[in-house]
Amino acid sequence: MSDRNVSLSAALKYKGQGPYLTYILHRIGGAMMAIFVTTHVLATFTEMQGWQIGDLINDIYISPPFQIVFMFGVLFHLINGMRITILDLFPQQLIPYHRQAILIEWIIFILVYGFAVVTTITTAIGRMS
Amino acid sequence: MQTKARTLPLSKRGMSFETFMWLFTRLTALAMYGFIFIGIVGAFVMGAQNDMSFVEVLRWALMPNTGHVTYTNVPEISPYASMFWKSVASLFFLTAAGHGVHGVVVILDDYFAKPSQRKWIRFWNILLVAIIIPIGIYVIWFG
Repeated sequence: MSDRNVSLSAALKYKGQGPYLTYILHRIGGAMMAIFVTTHVLATFTEMQGWQIGDLINDIYISPPFQIVFMFGVLFHLINGMRITILDLFPQQLIPYHRQAILIEWIIFILVYGFAVVTTITTAIGRMS
Repeated sequence: MQTKARTLPLSKRGMSFETFMWLFTRLTALAMYGFIFIGIVGAFVMGAQNDMSFVEVLRWALMPNTGHVTYTNVPEISPYASMFWKSVASLFFLTAAGHGVHGVVVILDDYFAKPSQRKWIRFWNILLVAIIIPIGIYVIWFG
Protein backbone atom coordinates (compact mmCIF):
# COMPACT_ATOMS: atom_id res chain seq x y z
CA MET A 1 0.00 0.00 0.00
CA SER A 2 1.47 3.37 -0.97
CA ASP A 3 1.40 6.46 1.20
CA ARG A 4 -0.79 9.36 0.24
CA ASN A 5 1.20 11.46 -2.26
CA VAL A 6 -1.07 14.55 -2.26
CA SER A 7 -1.14 16.81 0.77
CA LEU A 8 -4.49 17.68 2.35
CA SER A 9 -4.02 21.38 1.49
CA ALA A 10 -3.34 20.46 -2.17
CA ALA A 11 -6.38 18.16 -2.19
CA LEU A 12 -8.61 20.92 -0.84
CA LYS A 13 -7.41 23.27 -3.60
CA TYR A 14 -8.24 20.74 -6.33
CA LYS A 15 -10.49 22.41 -8.89
CA GLY A 16 -12.66 19.47 -9.85
CA GLN A 17 -15.69 21.65 -10.61
CA GLY A 18 -19.31 20.50 -10.08
CA PRO A 19 -18.82 16.75 -9.52
CA TYR A 20 -15.96 17.34 -7.06
CA LEU A 21 -17.97 19.97 -5.19
CA THR A 22 -20.84 17.50 -4.70
CA TYR A 23 -18.35 14.80 -3.68
CA ILE A 24 -16.71 16.97 -1.01
CA LEU A 25 -20.02 18.45 0.24
CA HIS A 26 -21.44 14.92 0.52
CA ARG A 27 -18.51 13.98 2.75
CA ILE A 28 -18.79 17.15 4.85
CA GLY A 29 -22.55 16.57 5.29
CA GLY A 30 -21.97 12.92 6.22
CA ALA A 31 -19.27 13.81 8.74
CA MET A 32 -21.51 16.52 10.23
CA MET A 33 -24.33 14.01 10.68
CA ALA A 34 -22.05 11.38 12.21
CA ILE A 35 -20.79 13.88 14.80
CA PHE A 36 -24.28 15.30 15.38
CA VAL A 37 -26.06 11.96 15.83
CA THR A 38 -23.36 10.69 18.23
CA THR A 39 -23.37 13.81 20.39
CA HIS A 40 -27.16 14.26 20.20
CA VAL A 41 -27.77 10.68 21.39
CA LEU A 42 -25.26 11.13 24.23
CA ALA A 43 -26.70 14.56 25.12
CA THR A 44 -30.27 13.24 25.23
CA PHE A 45 -29.15 10.30 27.35
CA THR A 46 -27.33 12.54 29.83
CA GLU A 47 -30.34 14.91 29.84
CA MET A 48 -32.51 11.92 30.85
CA GLN A 49 -30.11 11.32 33.75
CA GLY A 50 -30.63 14.94 34.83
CA TRP A 51 -27.20 16.20 33.82
CA GLN A 52 -27.03 19.87 32.80
CA ILE A 53 -24.53 19.31 29.98
CA GLY A 54 -27.02 17.29 27.90
CA ASP A 55 -29.60 20.02 28.25
CA LEU A 56 -27.07 22.64 27.17
CA ILE A 57 -25.99 20.67 24.05
CA ASN A 58 -29.58 19.99 22.99
CA ASP A 59 -30.45 23.67 23.46
CA ILE A 60 -27.73 24.47 20.92
CA TYR A 61 -29.06 21.79 18.56
CA ILE A 62 -32.62 23.16 18.71
CA SER A 63 -31.49 26.75 18.05
CA PRO A 64 -32.38 28.19 14.59
CA PRO A 65 -28.79 29.23 13.63
CA PHE A 66 -27.53 25.70 14.29
CA GLN A 67 -30.45 24.17 12.41
CA ILE A 68 -29.89 26.40 9.37
CA VAL A 69 -26.22 25.36 9.11
CA PHE A 70 -26.89 21.71 9.92
CA MET A 71 -29.85 21.47 7.54
CA PHE A 72 -27.50 22.43 4.70
CA GLY A 73 -25.32 19.38 5.36
CA VAL A 74 -28.23 17.00 5.95
CA LEU A 75 -30.33 18.02 2.96
CA PHE A 76 -27.34 18.12 0.63
CA HIS A 77 -26.22 14.66 1.76
CA LEU A 78 -29.77 13.37 1.37
CA ILE A 79 -30.43 14.81 -2.09
CA ASN A 80 -26.92 14.10 -3.41
CA GLY A 81 -27.15 10.55 -2.07
CA MET A 82 -30.42 10.11 -3.93
CA ARG A 83 -28.74 11.23 -7.17
CA ILE A 84 -25.84 8.81 -6.60
CA THR A 85 -28.23 5.93 -5.87
CA ILE A 86 -30.43 6.63 -8.92
CA LEU A 87 -27.38 6.90 -11.20
CA ASP A 88 -25.94 3.70 -9.75
CA LEU A 89 -29.21 1.84 -10.32
CA PHE A 90 -29.16 2.68 -14.04
CA PRO A 91 -25.46 3.36 -14.73
CA GLN A 92 -25.36 2.72 -18.47
CA GLN A 93 -28.38 4.89 -19.19
CA LEU A 94 -27.78 7.73 -16.70
CA ILE A 95 -24.06 8.14 -15.91
CA PRO A 96 -23.37 9.84 -19.31
CA TYR A 97 -25.79 12.55 -18.08
CA HIS A 98 -24.26 12.96 -14.62
CA ARG A 99 -23.57 16.69 -15.06
CA GLN A 100 -27.21 17.33 -15.96
CA ALA A 101 -28.20 15.22 -12.94
CA ILE A 102 -26.02 17.43 -10.73
CA LEU A 103 -27.72 20.54 -12.13
CA ILE A 104 -31.18 19.08 -11.34
CA GLU A 105 -29.90 18.12 -7.89
CA TRP A 106 -28.81 21.71 -7.16
CA ILE A 107 -32.19 23.08 -8.27
CA ILE A 108 -34.03 20.63 -5.97
CA PHE A 109 -31.60 21.33 -3.13
CA ILE A 110 -31.94 25.12 -3.38
CA LEU A 111 -35.75 24.86 -3.38
CA VAL A 112 -35.96 22.43 -0.44
CA TYR A 113 -33.18 24.08 1.59
CA GLY A 114 -34.58 27.56 0.91
CA PHE A 115 -37.99 26.45 2.11
CA ALA A 116 -36.44 24.80 5.18
CA VAL A 117 -34.53 27.99 6.07
CA VAL A 118 -37.62 30.18 5.63
CA THR A 119 -39.77 27.88 7.78
CA THR A 120 -37.03 27.60 10.43
CA ILE A 121 -36.96 31.39 10.75
CA THR A 122 -40.74 31.88 10.59
CA THR A 123 -41.32 29.04 13.08
CA ALA A 124 -38.79 30.57 15.50
CA ILE A 125 -40.45 33.97 15.19
CA GLY A 126 -43.89 32.38 15.59
CA ARG A 127 -42.81 30.53 18.76
CA MET A 128 -41.52 33.80 20.29
CA SER A 129 -44.87 35.60 19.96
CA MET B 1 -17.95 6.03 -32.57
CA GLN B 2 -19.26 3.40 -30.21
CA THR B 3 -19.33 4.44 -26.55
CA LYS B 4 -17.32 2.16 -24.32
CA ALA B 5 -19.34 0.77 -21.41
CA ARG B 6 -18.19 2.29 -18.12
CA THR B 7 -19.69 -0.38 -15.93
CA LEU B 8 -18.76 -3.96 -15.25
CA PRO B 9 -21.57 -6.43 -14.48
CA LEU B 10 -21.56 -8.01 -11.05
CA SER B 11 -21.07 -11.48 -12.61
CA LYS B 12 -17.67 -10.33 -13.97
CA ARG B 13 -16.75 -8.19 -10.98
CA GLY B 14 -17.47 -10.77 -8.30
CA MET B 15 -18.86 -10.11 -4.81
CA SER B 16 -15.82 -8.95 -2.84
CA PHE B 17 -16.13 -7.27 0.57
CA GLU B 18 -15.76 -3.85 -1.10
CA THR B 19 -18.54 -4.64 -3.59
CA PHE B 20 -20.76 -5.87 -0.77
CA MET B 21 -20.19 -2.66 1.23
CA TRP B 22 -20.78 -0.55 -1.89
CA LEU B 23 -24.14 -2.33 -2.30
CA PHE B 24 -24.83 -2.07 1.45
CA THR B 25 -24.36 1.71 1.33
CA ARG B 26 -26.85 2.06 -1.55
CA LEU B 27 -29.41 -0.32 -0.03
CA THR B 28 -29.26 1.33 3.41
CA ALA B 29 -29.64 4.74 1.72
CA LEU B 30 -32.76 3.47 -0.08
CA ALA B 31 -34.09 2.05 3.20
CA MET B 32 -33.58 5.42 4.90
CA TYR B 33 -35.46 7.22 2.10
CA GLY B 34 -38.25 4.74 2.80
CA PHE B 35 -38.20 5.57 6.53
CA ILE B 36 -38.25 9.32 5.77
CA PHE B 37 -41.22 8.81 3.43
CA ILE B 38 -43.07 6.79 6.12
CA GLY B 39 -42.32 9.57 8.63
CA ILE B 40 -43.66 12.34 6.37
CA VAL B 41 -46.82 10.40 5.41
CA GLY B 42 -47.37 9.36 9.04
CA ALA B 43 -46.99 12.93 10.30
CA PHE B 44 -49.65 14.16 7.86
CA VAL B 45 -51.96 11.27 8.76
CA MET B 46 -51.62 12.37 12.42
CA GLY B 47 -52.54 15.96 11.49
CA ALA B 48 -49.12 17.60 11.15
CA GLN B 49 -50.38 20.06 8.52
CA ASN B 50 -52.21 21.95 11.28
CA ASP B 51 -49.65 21.69 14.08
CA MET B 52 -46.18 21.52 12.56
CA SER B 53 -44.12 23.63 10.14
CA PHE B 54 -42.23 22.15 7.17
CA VAL B 55 -38.94 22.05 9.04
CA GLU B 56 -40.60 20.40 12.07
CA VAL B 57 -42.09 17.68 9.84
CA LEU B 58 -38.63 17.25 8.30
CA ARG B 59 -37.03 16.88 11.75
CA TRP B 60 -39.66 14.31 12.73
CA ALA B 61 -39.24 12.40 9.45
CA LEU B 62 -35.44 12.32 9.89
CA MET B 63 -35.94 10.59 13.25
CA PRO B 64 -39.53 9.84 14.33
CA ASN B 65 -38.88 10.28 18.02
CA THR B 66 -41.26 12.08 20.41
CA GLY B 67 -38.50 14.48 21.46
CA HIS B 68 -38.74 15.97 17.96
CA VAL B 69 -42.42 16.85 18.46
CA THR B 70 -42.12 18.39 21.92
CA TYR B 71 -41.42 21.92 20.67
CA THR B 72 -44.24 21.93 18.08
CA ASN B 73 -47.92 22.90 18.38
CA VAL B 74 -49.02 19.25 18.41
CA PRO B 75 -51.74 19.14 21.12
CA GLU B 76 -51.50 15.43 21.90
CA ILE B 77 -48.11 13.66 21.66
CA SER B 78 -49.39 10.12 22.33
CA PRO B 79 -49.98 9.19 18.62
CA TYR B 80 -46.34 10.12 17.95
CA ALA B 81 -45.16 7.96 20.87
CA SER B 82 -46.75 4.69 19.72
CA MET B 83 -44.95 1.35 19.52
CA PHE B 84 -45.08 1.66 15.72
CA TRP B 85 -43.09 4.93 15.68
CA LYS B 86 -40.61 3.67 18.27
CA SER B 87 -40.04 0.60 16.07
CA VAL B 88 -39.63 2.75 12.94
CA ALA B 89 -37.21 5.05 14.80
CA SER B 90 -35.20 2.06 16.08
CA LEU B 91 -34.94 0.50 12.62
CA PHE B 92 -34.05 3.89 11.11
CA PHE B 93 -31.38 4.43 13.79
CA LEU B 94 -29.85 0.97 13.24
CA THR B 95 -29.80 1.48 9.46
CA ALA B 96 -28.27 4.95 9.84
CA ALA B 97 -25.64 3.62 12.27
CA GLY B 98 -24.57 0.92 9.81
CA HIS B 99 -24.53 3.36 6.90
CA GLY B 100 -22.77 6.01 8.94
CA VAL B 101 -20.00 3.92 10.50
CA HIS B 102 -19.04 2.62 7.07
CA GLY B 103 -19.13 6.15 5.64
CA VAL B 104 -16.87 7.53 8.36
CA VAL B 105 -14.37 4.70 7.83
CA VAL B 106 -14.35 5.36 4.05
CA ILE B 107 -13.69 9.09 4.61
CA LEU B 108 -10.93 8.50 7.17
CA ASP B 109 -9.29 5.84 4.96
CA ASP B 110 -8.61 8.60 2.41
CA TYR B 111 -6.54 10.54 4.94
CA PHE B 112 -4.85 7.69 6.81
CA ALA B 113 -3.07 5.28 4.49
CA LYS B 114 -0.96 3.16 6.86
CA PRO B 115 -2.41 -0.29 7.67
CA SER B 116 -1.93 0.26 11.42
CA GLN B 117 -3.80 3.59 11.26
CA ARG B 118 -6.66 2.00 9.31
CA LYS B 119 -6.83 -0.84 11.82
CA TRP B 120 -7.23 1.67 14.68
CA ILE B 121 -9.82 3.66 12.69
CA ARG B 122 -11.91 0.49 12.33
CA PHE B 123 -11.43 -0.47 15.96
CA TRP B 124 -12.48 2.93 17.40
CA ASN B 125 -15.39 3.40 15.00
CA ILE B 126 -16.82 -0.06 15.63
CA LEU B 127 -16.35 0.41 19.39
CA LEU B 128 -18.06 3.81 19.26
CA VAL B 129 -21.03 2.51 17.27
CA ALA B 130 -21.32 -0.50 19.59
CA ILE B 131 -21.62 1.94 22.53
CA ILE B 132 -23.93 4.43 20.76
CA ILE B 133 -26.46 1.87 19.42
CA PRO B 134 -27.75 0.60 22.80
CA ILE B 135 -27.80 4.18 24.20
CA GLY B 136 -29.73 5.39 21.13
CA ILE B 137 -32.26 2.55 21.37
CA TYR B 138 -32.69 3.32 25.09
CA VAL B 139 -33.30 7.02 24.29
CA ILE B 140 -35.88 6.13 21.60
CA TRP B 141 -37.84 3.76 23.85
CA PHE B 142 -37.55 5.50 27.22
CA GLY B 143 -36.80 9.13 26.29
